[in-house]
Amino acid sequence: MGQIKLNQVTKSFGDVQVIPPLDLTIEDGEFTVFVGPSGCGKSTLLRLIAGLEDITSGHIEIDGADATYVPPAKRGLAMVFQSYALYPHMSVRKNIAFPMKMAGIDEAEQNRRIEGAAKALNLTDYLDRKPGQLSGGQRQRVAIGRSIVREPAAFLFDEPLSNLDAALRVGMRLEISELHERLKTTMIYVTHDQVEAMTMADKIVVLRAGFIEQVGSPLELYHKPRNEFVAGFIGSPKMNLIKGAEAEKHDAATIGIRPEHTAVSKTEGMWKGVVGVAEHLGSDTFIHVHDTGLADMVTVRITGDIQAKHGDTIYLTPQLDQLHKFDAQGLRVD
Amino acid sequence: MARAVTQQRKIINTTAAWGIGLLIFFPILWTILTSFKTEATAIADPPVFLAFDWTLENYSAVMERSNYARFLWNSIIIAGGSTILGIIVAVPAAWSMAFVPSKRTKDILLWMLSTKMLPAVGVLYPIYLICIKLGVLDSRGALVIILMLMNLPIIVWMLYTYFKEIPGEILEAARMDGATLKEEILYILTPMAIPGIASTLLLNFILAWNEAFWTLNLTAAKAAPLTAFIASYSSPEGLFFAKLSAASTMAIAPILILGWFSQKQLVSGLTFGAVK
Amino acid sequence: MATKHSRSAARLMMAPAVILLLGWMLVPLIMTLMFSFKKYLPLRGGDLGWVGFENYVRFVSSSAFWPSVGATLTIVGGVLLITIFFGVLLAILLNQPMWGQGVVRILVIAPFFVMPTVSALVWKNMFMDPVNGLFAHLWRFFGAEPISWLSQASLPSIVMIVSWQWLPFATLILLTAIQSLDGEQLEAAEMDGAPPLKRFGYITLPHLSRAITIVLLIQTIFLLAIFAEIFVTTGGAFGTRTLTYLIFQRVLESQNVGLGSAGGVYAIILANIVAIFLMRIVGKNLDA
Repeated sequence: MGQIKLNQVTKSFGDVQVIPPLDLTIEDGEFTVFVGPSGCGKSTLLRLIAGLEDITSGHIEIDGADATYVPPAKRGLAMVFQSYALYPHMSVRKNIAFPMKMAGIDEAEQNRRIEGAAKALNLTDYLDRKPGQLSGGQRQRVAIGRSIVREPAAFLFDEPLSNLDAALRVGMRLEISELHERLKTTMIYVTHDQVEAMTMADKIVVLRAGFIEQVGSPLELYHKPRNEFVAGFIGSPKMNLIKGAEAEKHDAATIGIRPEHTAVSKTEGMWKGVVGVAEHLGSDTFIHVHDTGLADMVTVRITGDIQAKHGDTIYLTPQLDQLHKFDAQGLRVD
Repeated sequence: MARAVTQQRKIINTTAAWGIGLLIFFPILWTILTSFKTEATAIADPPVFLAFDWTLENYSAVMERSNYARFLWNSIIIAGGSTILGIIVAVPAAWSMAFVPSKRTKDILLWMLSTKMLPAVGVLYPIYLICIKLGVLDSRGALVIILMLMNLPIIVWMLYTYFKEIPGEILEAARMDGATLKEEILYILTPMAIPGIASTLLLNFILAWNEAFWTLNLTAAKAAPLTAFIASYSSPEGLFFAKLSAASTMAIAPILILGWFSQKQLVSGLTFGAVK
Repeated sequence: MATKHSRSAARLMMAPAVILLLGWMLVPLIMTLMFSFKKYLPLRGGDLGWVGFENYVRFVSSSAFWPSVGATLTIVGGVLLITIFFGVLLAILLNQPMWGQGVVRILVIAPFFVMPTVSALVWKNMFMDPVNGLFAHLWRFFGAEPISWLSQASLPSIVMIVSWQWLPFATLILLTAIQSLDGEQLEAAEMDGAPPLKRFGYITLPHLSRAITIVLLIQTIFLLAIFAEIFVTTGGAFGTRTLTYLIFQRVLESQNVGLGSAGGVYAIILANIVAIFLMRIVGKNLDA
């Protein structure tokens, strides 16, 4: 079980309120990702749930019980830290055993769980090494192993992949997703990387300056961003946001069109522009178009390769059914 | 400055540095050599360097006459006791300042430092009087406490500096793993900070070993450590150079060796982290 | 990382150290302050009542006061000058490439670890003794009349002994500071055409200025308080009675506690003036 409910939670550091009153429910078994730019309060929110920081007001419930004043150790949550936070003076085995030792679990059971976790995480050969002798990916797995063996009500991940190189990050992302599929335990995952959020989450919570901008499944966020911020934050390359006369034609203050929802032609189309840079990835081509009179630059994404180079004239045609409209406050209008 | 230097430059540097190094070290070397001479050779003119009959008679004479073992034992108890006690008091304080800093942490650290700068002579009589009133003048216990208090600011400061280098996330992980505060300090922080604690121990042991204001003024016969033992050679026994040298060598040899181990920590310890 | 729980635990764990130091500072300080306003002669009648500022006036107007200030300033100033000047030179030398750098470092640092009573006695007898001391041999070798160092040249002798003890400290700190100097800066200056002396003056010395200030302040605090070196060598005779030693004599030797305490208060004020500057530097470093 691992349902976590935040009720009117706030957090202030001195006079600065970093989390304004906030309500959120994370259902049992859900993989929830907190995503947002740095300084948006996502890590603070995670630490409030963990109990590493006091909340200033409001309540936190875990499985229906008030956990607001329960110390971190008693909340039944496990956390994987950004720096992994392995105990450098203990072997991998002792690291993984530590939470069980603290909980007073008997040694036979400890060993059973360590073996199980080590097998699941490919750590069997490394159990007697010290963390300093492991690679980044292995350390990450030890940190996960240490949190699994406690059989927590929920896992908390604080930007766990940000210290890994790009290739490892993709691998670990899959491993964590698979772990979730297998354990079906609640996971809360903090990241600033919207790709991680989109690929892993059941539910994404987009935060900005402590405010929840939107909560929803990855595809909900992609197809129906509630406001301009979410529209710009989710999706890569970023959605093109166009203001002014062109937007007014659609009865909106701002219109947004994703790069992948725009067709390109050399001869005719709705908007005319000049190619600035064309990035050829093989599978896709990103074209950054200037002088459209719409915005500084419009980005389009074409599947496959297309002949385009700097200075070419190009015509763009947005798919009108994929157009997002926002009012003067930046809120979505349908 | 990875740069090739001419062989000639290097030879000049080496000669100059070794020359000056030996000159500075000479009084110690001379003391050690003299301790193995007879009293007659010790004052020979011209002085003899190495070509003398080496003897251990001075050492046995010193040991017999002045109950050297008792002074040594007092030094060990006073320096060791004050340092260990200081660390026991300082570890929790340094933990608090390093991992739960508040607005006042800096002020407290600086205030602690300021107590270190209080001139001892300014409070000599009150301390003397308190010792008499409590009946602890010339007792090892009193000196253990006084030297502990004297070095406590340095101990707190050094531990604080070392603890600061330990990432807070590791302690938070322990807390999430269910460790209580005591377990967190005992199983995680202390083992991780062992090198830092060891160098703090070493440096403060040396400082306490060499402390010569309180040890001279508050001891007589019973609790006198090696500083007082040597001071008793002031005169006229001091004119027996070989015995003086033997006694001196015995008083400084252990600390010289410990000191060489601690030279790395010496700088940041004694400048309160202002020079690293 | 802080919850109410950990903050209250932190206060609790800080308490022993804070309370102990507070007691260590306040109790004797208040007693000294109190004694300084009393006529207090433990061996001749004990507490003879309040006398206002009389002790303060008498302490500074006694014939021993100004000489002791002079001796203190000579010793502190002399030692600072010698240790910092030679400390800078030695630090630069030790930073050059050479063979056996580690061993030389160890040789240079050694005096710092020698017990003050030992270094004072060794210098006093084995080097400065007018008959059998090494210096006397040396003087006779050159046909000169040996000097009775500690009586004829008492202050320079003490300055020399104390400088020998503190030169390692200055050297070690300055060496650490020099090693943190970015070598590329010096190379850039060389490319810009600065000769070695100019490079030292414009780059190395400014880089060292902070370390020099720290050495200056810390040594001043310790040097103001030197005691064993004088206790063992001259016992305060021959013009080597420093302020610290004068207070010690007033308090313990002549048992005039009131007078000595007034002197103690002066010493505390003096040390605090130096300490304020030191704390500023250390405090700034804490913010960084």
